Amino acid sequence: MSVPITSPRFKRNAHAALHDAQLQRALGKVEAGFTGKRRKVTDALPEFDALRDLARDIKDHTLAHLDLYLEAYESRVKESGGHVHWAATAEDARRIVLEICERLKAKTVTKGKSMIAEEIGLNAHLSAAGITPIETDLGEYIIQLRDEAPSHIIAPAIHLNRDQIEADFRRVHTDLPPGRNLDEPASIMAEARAVLREKFLSADVGITGANFLIAETGTSVIVTNEGNGDLTQTLPKAHIVLTSIEKMVPTLEDVSTILRVLARSATGQEMSVYTTFSTGPRRDSDPDGPGEYHVVLLDNGRSSMLGGKFREMLRCIRCGACMNHCPVYGAIGGHAYGWVYPGPMGAVLTPSLIGIDKAGHLPNASTFCGRCEEVCPVRIPLPKLMRHWREREFERHLSPATVRTGLGFWAFFARRPRLYRFATGIVLRVLALFGGRRGRMHWIPLAGGWTRSRDFPVPERDSFQKQWKQKLKEDAAVAQAQAKPASPGQPEVAP
Amino acid sequence: MNGRDLVLGAIRRSLGVSGQEAPRRTVTSDRLARHPRGVVPERGAQPPRRRLNLFRDMLAEASGTLQEVESLDDVPAAIAAYLRSKNLPMQVRRGADPLLESVPWDRERTLEVSTGRSDGQQLASVSHAFKGVAETGTLVLHSGKDNPTTLNFLPEQHLVILEAKDIVGDYESVWDALRKKFGAAFPRTVNWITGASRSADIEQILLHGAHGPKGLHVIVVGKP
Repeated sequence: MSVPITSPRFKRNAHAALHDAQLQRALGKVEAGFTGKRRKVTDALPEFDALRDLARDIKDHTLAHLDLYLEAYESRVKESGGHVHWAATAEDARRIVLEICERLKAKTVTKGKSMIAEEIGLNAHLSAAGITPIETDLGEYIIQLRDEAPSHIIAPAIHLNRDQIEADFRRVHTDLPPGRNLDEPASIMAEARAVLREKFLSADVGITGANFLIAETGTSVIVTNEGNGDLTQTLPKAHIVLTSIEKMVPTLEDVSTILRVLARSATGQEMSVYTTFSTGPRRDSDPDGPGEYHVVLLDNGRSSMLGGKFREMLRCIRCGACMNHCPVYGAIGGHAYGWVYPGPMGAVLTPSLIGIDKAGHLPNASTFCGRCEEVCPVRIPLPKLMRHWREREFERHLSPATVRTGLGFWAFFARRPRLYRFATGIVLRVLALFGGRRGRMHWIPLAGGWTRSRDFPVPERDSFQKQWKQKLKEDAAVAQAQAKPASPGQPEVAP
Repeated sequence: MNGRDLVLGAIRRSLGVSGQEAPRRTVTSDRLARHPRGVVPERGAQPPRRRLNLFRDMLAEASGTLQEVESLDDVPAAIAAYLRSKNLPMQVRRGADPLLESVPWDRERTLEVSTGRSDGQQLASVSHAFKGVAETGTLVLHSGKDNPTTLNFLPEQHLVILEAKDIVGDYESVWDALRKKFGAAFPRTVNWITGASRSADIEQILLHGAHGPKGLHVIVVGKP
C-alpha cells in the first residue's frame, strides 16, 4: 500500500499542468510569496552565508559519522524513557506504527505534517486497519479532504485557490449550517480550527515528523507555524515520531546553526513560530504530555545513498527554497513530478528512492539555471547531481532512442571542431533566415513539439566563437589606432 | 536480522567502516561532550537595554506584543488591561510556577486566576518564560510541574511573564543555562515560541490563530 507513482508519466503530467487554469492561477503566487521574503531576511543577517557554510559542514560531518551518532542518539532516547524502532524499509515503518496504534487500541490518530508519512503511504495503511488518521496542518487537512498528495513540501495545498477549498469544506463539514459565510480565508481557517480542535482533544495517538534528531540529548525537533504539531504530540496517550536517519545532528549548538538558515530559506521568517524540542515521554511530575514516546527511524534507501555520488543530497533539510526558486516547478507545480518530493530536490532524491527507471524524467526537467543551488541553505549542488542522474540514465540505456541518436549525432560533430563550426554556421544562417526580423520563431522544422508551448529566440547570425574572433580583431585595430601618438608638439586640446 | 542491525550495517557498508575505529569514536564523543559553538550572529551581542529593544522589535516582526512593568506587583493590572483590550472575560489559567505564585493576584479583584493544565476550555493563559532570545524575539519555555505545555497552545491568548534579566542575545546562551539547570535530565519539552500561531496555507495569505494562540503578549518585569 505504497504511494502511487506517476513519475514515469512526467511529460503527460507536465503537459496537463500547463493547461490547468486553476493550477496556473495558484502557481502565479509562488514567486511573490516566497522569494521576496527570503531575500529580505537573508539580506538582514550578515552572517547568513557563513551559517550556510557551517550548516553544510555540520551535515557532512554527521553523515560521515552517522552510525555512531545514531547509536549515541538511541541510548539517550532510552535513558529518557523513550523507544527507538529501526525501519529498513517503508513496509517495516508502516508495520511498526500500526503495531503501536493497535496495542494502544487507537481509533483516531492526529498527525502533524510529515513527509516521511507521505513517503511510506501511512494514511492508507492506517485506514485499511480501521484507524482514522487526521491531518492537522491546515494545508495537509485540505488535501486530505481532497484525497490528494501534497504539491509542495512545506506548503502542501499551494496548488489550490480559496474557492476550491471552500467547496471542499462545504462538501465535508455537512453538520455545519449550509448558509455560513466562507468567502474569506480567515473564515475558512476558523472553521478548520474549530473542527480540528475536537479531534486534537479526542485522539488516542499523535504522530509527527521530525526536522532534526539531536544525538547529544536524544531529542526530536519539530518546526511549525500553526501549533498543530504541538497539540498533536502533547494531548494524546502516545507520541510517535516518524522520521529518517539523515535528520541527525550532533548537538544543540549544531541544531541552532541549522535552525538559523531553515526558516529564513523556507518561508522568509527570522524564525518559525514554534520550534519544539521533545525528549522522552512526560515525566512523573509533569501535568501534561504523552505517556509514551516512540521514534521510528526510517532508512528506505538512504543508507545506500551514503556510499555513492548522491550523499550530498542527504544534507537536505526540506526547506523548499529550491522549488520556490525553480522555473520548472513554477510552471507545472508539484503534482506533475509524480511522487512525494517535487522540484529540484525531488528530481535528485526521487530516483534514489524509487529508482531511475521510474523517475528518469525528473532530472531532465531542469533548465540548469542554477538558482536552486544558489539558494540552498546547505549548499547541495543540485544541478550537478541531476547531471549525474542524466549520465546514469544514458549509461543504463534508459533514455529514449531519439535522444540517444540525437546525442550521438551531436557528439560526432562535437568531436570534430572544424566540421562543427562549419555545420553550426549553416544552421545559424538558416535559422536567422527563418526568424526574419521578429526575433522569435513560433515553429522550427523537426522541433514542433518544443515550439508548441514556447517561442524559440532567433539566434545571432554568427556563432559566439566567430563573433569573439571578430571582436578581438576590432579591438586590436582600435588599440592600434589609439597607440599612434598625436603629432609631436601639438597639444591635444587647444589652449 | 533485526531492523537495527540491518540499518546500521547498511550505513557502515556504505561508509566503509566497522564502527570500531578509535579516531571516529573520539571525534564524535568529543563533539557531543564539548558541543562547540558555531557562527553566532552578532546582532544579539548588546548591552541589556538594547538587547531588550532588539527582543521587542523582533517579537513585533513576528506579530507578538510586549509591555514593560516595574515589578511583579504590576502584573495583575497589566493582564487585566490586556484581556479588556481583547474583549475577553477576566479569567486566566496559570501553572504552579514559583514566580507566578509570588504575584499579588488579589490586587486585581475582578481577575479570576486558576491553576493547572488546559483542557481546551480556557481563553487566556499565563506562563513564566525561562528565557527570551533577542536575536529573533524568541521565548523559551520548558515543561515541568510549574508550566504545563498545554497552556502554551490551547488558549486563544497567551500571556508570558519574562524577567528582564532573562533576556539573552542568542540561542547558545539558552542551552548553557538549560544545561546548568537540568544537567543530563533534559525536560520532556522545550518550546521556542516566536510570535502568535499563523498559517499561510490558503493562497499564501498570512493569517493568525491557526491552531495555537491568536495573540502572544509578553510582559517584561524589571529593569534590564
